[in-house]
Amino acid sequence: MSETKPPLDPNLKALESEAIHIFREVAAEFERPVMLYSVGKDSSVLLHLARKAFFPGRIPFPLLHIDTGWKFKEMIAFRDRIAAEFDLDLVTHTNPRGKLEGVTPFTHGSSVYTNIMKTEALRQALDAGQYDAAFGGARRDEEASRAKERIYSFRTPDHRWDPRNQRPELWSIYNGQIRKGESVRAFPLSNWTEVDIWRYIQAENIPIVPLYFAAERPVVERDGMLVMAEDARLELLPGEVKRRETIRFRTLGCFPLTGAIRSNATTLDDIIGELETATVSERQGRAIDRDEAGSMEKKKREGYF
Amino acid sequence: MTANIEATAQTALAPEPATRNARPLRLITCGSVDDGKSTLIGRLLWDTKAVKEDQADALERDNRHQQNDLGLPDFALLLDGLQAEREQGITIDVAYRYFSTDRRSFIVADTPGHEQYTRNMATGASTADLAVLLVDARAGILEQTRRHATIATLMGIRQFVLAVNKIDLIAYDEAVFNRISGEFRQFALSVGVTDVTAIPMSALLGENVVHPGSASMPWYSGPPLVEVLELATQRTAQTVGFRLPVQRVSRPDESFRGYQGTVAGGSVKPGDSVVVLPAGTVANVKQIVTFDLVRNAAVAGDAITLVLDRHVDVARGDMIASIDAAPALGRAFEAKLVALSADAITAGKRYWLKSSSRRQRVRVMPKTRLDLKSGQWEGAESLPLNAIGTVHLDFDEAAMFDPYETNRNTGAFILIDPDTNNTVAGGMIVERTTRVDGIDAGGERDHVLLSLPEHLADRLMASEAFAELRDHVEIRRVSGTRAAAVLKDVD
Repeated sequence: MSETKPPLDPNLKALESEAIHIFREVAAEFERPVMLYSVGKDSSVLLHLARKAFFPGRIPFPLLHIDTGWKFKEMIAFRDRIAAEFDLDLVTHTNPRGKLEGVTPFTHGSSVYTNIMKTEALRQALDAGQYDAAFGGARRDEEASRAKERIYSFRTPDHRWDPRNQRPELWSIYNGQIRKGESVRAFPLSNWTEVDIWRYIQAENIPIVPLYFAAERPVVERDGMLVMAEDARLELLPGEVKRRETIRFRTLGCFPLTGAIRSNATTLDDIIGELETATVSERQGRAIDRDEAGSMEKKKREGYF
Repeated sequence: MTANIEATAQTALAPEPATRNARPLRLITCGSVDDGKSTLIGRLLWDTKAVKEDQADALERDNRHQQNDLGLPDFALLLDGLQAEREQGITIDVAYRYFSTDRRSFIVADTPGHEQYTRNMATGASTADLAVLLVDARAGILEQTRRHATIATLMGIRQFVLAVNKIDLIAYDEAVFNRISGEFRQFALSVGVTDVTAIPMSALLGENVVHPGSASMPWYSGPPLVEVLELATQRTAQTVGFRLPVQRVSRPDESFRGYQGTVAGGSVKPGDSVVVLPAGTVANVKQIVTFDLVRNAAVAGDAITLVLDRHVDVARGDMIASIDAAPALGRAFEAKLVALSADAITAGKRYWLKSSSRRQRVRVMPKTRLDLKSGQWEGAESLPLNAIGTVHLDFDEAAMFDPYETNRNTGAFILIDPDTNNTVAGGMIVERTTRVDGIDAGGERDHVLLSLPEHLADRLMASEAFAELRDHVEIRRVSGTRAAAVLKDVD
């Protein structure tokens, strides 16, 4: 932000340049791009890179937030503050089935709930906007099926991913040729790792949701997960006790499905230090990945990001 | 070259821990499951702590026959990310893995070894700075090893690590290691590669991968694999002429007009004279704009916005280049091609060619095809899936390229089939050509007639150098007497 900001190290600089290149390429090749904005740390980095890519102009596409209605309150407050501060075109969408049919993570189980409120909602929003390209913040180091995803990931008109039939991707030359109705998911952060994300947030002073930093918060332990117990909609089950603990989140999603970790990391330095000695991956806290082997691949085939 | 030496010197000065003082090194691993490739990558990820406990647990959950004798997870399962791969126990697609040490970050393109997956190997090799070739110490150099080295060389890789794996199974026999590495060095020389590091290794036991194996192999004084990777050089496009392929024009208001793109070669600073291609318009650089500040220079790899000192017509797909070292501009080029699609690359078919940010129509004429078994280039009219060949490219409109050898960014392209929209080939420019239409072309004494015995001629014509130039040559097969008579007619 100030003139004294030290230059990025060559590793982050290379990752940044690659991401900016991808942003510009997609914006130039597609008619109606959109950027998925999940309000998490990766989205915050993605947004920062988009601002850099199109500077001194505005970001030439809208941001789309799929709001399941079950996000942490702090996430929604943060989203609205950022949208105002950076003058963003923010589109939000919630699957009306949530209200109509009373679909919640408690009544329908994490798998059905995710499918309706996230995957189906995303398809609805992409169709409504007639977007032909959608940026996402997925990284290849996150999960095994993502390790094989292209930077330009082709989708059929019904948003399906066919991992067996992906277009070869050589050098940094991307094939953006599609027919009407087809689309591409573009992943500028493909080659970033979790530590890179945190180092970049630190180096670039990028604002993130405070839930990533440790603080004393109300929690209950459920199915081996630490669930934050702040929202009145979380009903305690028999035997569950609400207590206050010093926790933080490594990833953010829907509060009933995202496990916190016990941590005292209150600064970016603390978080990076914690990561370097971490023995579990960040997705460990995500209930939806644990349903079955290959569950991410299955969700992705159906149109999930 | 200078830049390479600098990069080595830089990494050799023990950098502060926990700062990555270099760009991520991109490497490709070649070898089949039998050579222990999955074990090697698994070992790299495990010993550098890139694999976390829950990921290892998930492996144990979906797999009953898991775990090897050492109590480590079955690495192959960790790596084969797609359901079809787990079901069939094979790796189908290119996967990218990430690990880092205190000194450097690494991106590994993990590609399958079988011949039917040449296209995946070419994909992984296209961005790699270094190739790790894996051989089983019991089997030595195989045809597959030579094939992988040939493809990697063709894709521009000049640094090789020969990992002689499973050395524990031959009782750490130094003589066998020396024989295998000697044989490989000799082969590497024949394809023009001099930078080979051979390492005796047991990926399973973790010897000479991340940690040294000196306890079992006191005779090996070289570094383990990770140290070689930490010190490896990166290809840099910084020493060639300035290139900025224009991705988009930024015009936020009437007062600003900037050309956005990633510097694909050389460097630039305000005041430099540049030429806009293909139009040939000349201008000077006024400003280099980035989000953080107005910069006084930019180098290859930087994503920038360039402002020129006068209003010129510049659009996406154009290239802004240094005026005194511009790329070749023309309508006909020679190139090498790797065919990536089940539909063969056929003579005369028109494709979309995309290179940097430029997309244009091209007609492709295959000329030769590389026989990966013999290393010879043979005449060919089409290039089926996984074939490597030379082609002639004919453009409707002017195209600009550098030879791939000089600049990987501006010398590479892909072909897109307009009927299917699939990426059907990856290509590397050899040079610009002017078609030689018969013997009449040209002036006095600028042609050479050679007469030589058929077996020598065939050897010459099968060479790589000849394959690239085949279009320029007229060939007749005649008897020795007839050849002598023809030559007698010429002074």
